[in-house]
Amino acid sequence: MKAVRKQRLMLLVFIALGVASAVGLAMVALQENINLYFSPAQMQAGEAPVEKTIRGGGLVVPGSVERASDSLKVKFQITDGAGTITVHYEGILPDLFQEGQGVVGTGKLDKNNEFHASEILAKHDSNYMPPEVQDAIDKAHPTNNGEG
Amino acid sequence: MASPKWFYEFSGKCLPWVGGLALIGVLTGIIWGLLFTPPDYLQGNSYRIIFLHVPSASLALTVYVSLAISAGIGFIWKIKLADLAAKCLAPIGASFCALALVTGAIWGKPTWGTWWVWDARLTSMLILLFLYLGLIALREAITSQDTAARACAVLSMVGLVNIPIIKFSVDWWNTLHQGATIKVTKGASMAPEMLIPLLISIFAFYLFCLFVFLIRLRTEIVSREQRTSWVRGMLGVRS
Repeated sequence: MKAVRKQRLMLLVFIALGVASAVGLAMVALQENINLYFSPAQMQAGEAPVEKTIRGGGLVVPGSVERASDSLKVKFQITDGAGTITVHYEGILPDLFQEGQGVVGTGKLDKNNEFHASEILAKHDSNYMPPEVQDAIDKAHPTNNGEG
Repeated sequence: MASPKWFYEFSGKCLPWVGGLALIGVLTGIIWGLLFTPPDYLQGNSYRIIFLHVPSASLALTVYVSLAISAGIGFIWKIKLADLAAKCLAPIGASFCALALVTGAIWGKPTWGTWWVWDARLTSMLILLFLYLGLIALREAITSQDTAARACAVLSMVGLVNIPIIKFSVDWWNTLHQGATIKVTKGASMAPEMLIPLLISIFAFYLFCLFVFLIRLRTEIVSREQRTSWVRGMLGVRS
């Protein structure tokens, strides 16, 4: 390779590496801010600010959903395997809200580590299959709710 | 081999085949996906936009990598054809990126419950769109073609850092966007009767992208080589 071409190649390599390391360091520093939501384990460990608007997310614990009979109030638990948090919400849940599936809520954490959501979004997993296949899986493994 | 004349003639022979296959593939993938695949166990019919969303998003990334490699080759070895390729790829990539963002928003409303959320995947994809628009604007803003080529090569190299961020954003951070369904190492977490039309659709979109790219590049070649004898001869201009 001619010297001048080598020089241009090195220039591009240095630009790419320089930008990559700068962005990489910035992202490591901002790690917490890039995460969309706090996990139940983080909220239990006290890493999430109390009484401030934050997002919290996890999988809805099967069997934990309690609906009020006279209002739209609903209470359920979310988990990430390492921790569990109770969520209170009043309003219409998204169509995809299901036990065992993921949710991301916007709201505030109170002093008792319970999450009061003002908005609930459904987070679906990356598995796609026809309903019959899911029925067959449910029959074979009644407790298996997918990995999320 | 990389002479514009040779490329023009060779691509002219490939063009009908690429276009024909792309048309057959897109029709097969989309019609199969929209009409003949079973609904999803959780999302019902709304998941069917995947047959448009995933190919567009995949191409938005692939086109950017191709653009950066072309621009880099053009920058280092001063190959005119490589720079022309980078120039032609920018609007194509921007279109696929915009399509991926729009179809994603349409998909997000019924499934997540929102059109848009500032999570890492969606935000980094929006940055990719701005990068594409920036590259197009930068090239048009500089009159000298050589200077424009160099500036665009440097910018495309800077933007390359965004590509792994988009790809791995769903693994590195908490996002609302779900993880990858098709993984090279683990296979796909999708039933085969849905996966096959999706793969056909992805393949056909790549062919369509190649088709559009060849048309643009051929136009660009003729435009830049208009004073050469082979273009004049082809167009029947007497000098």
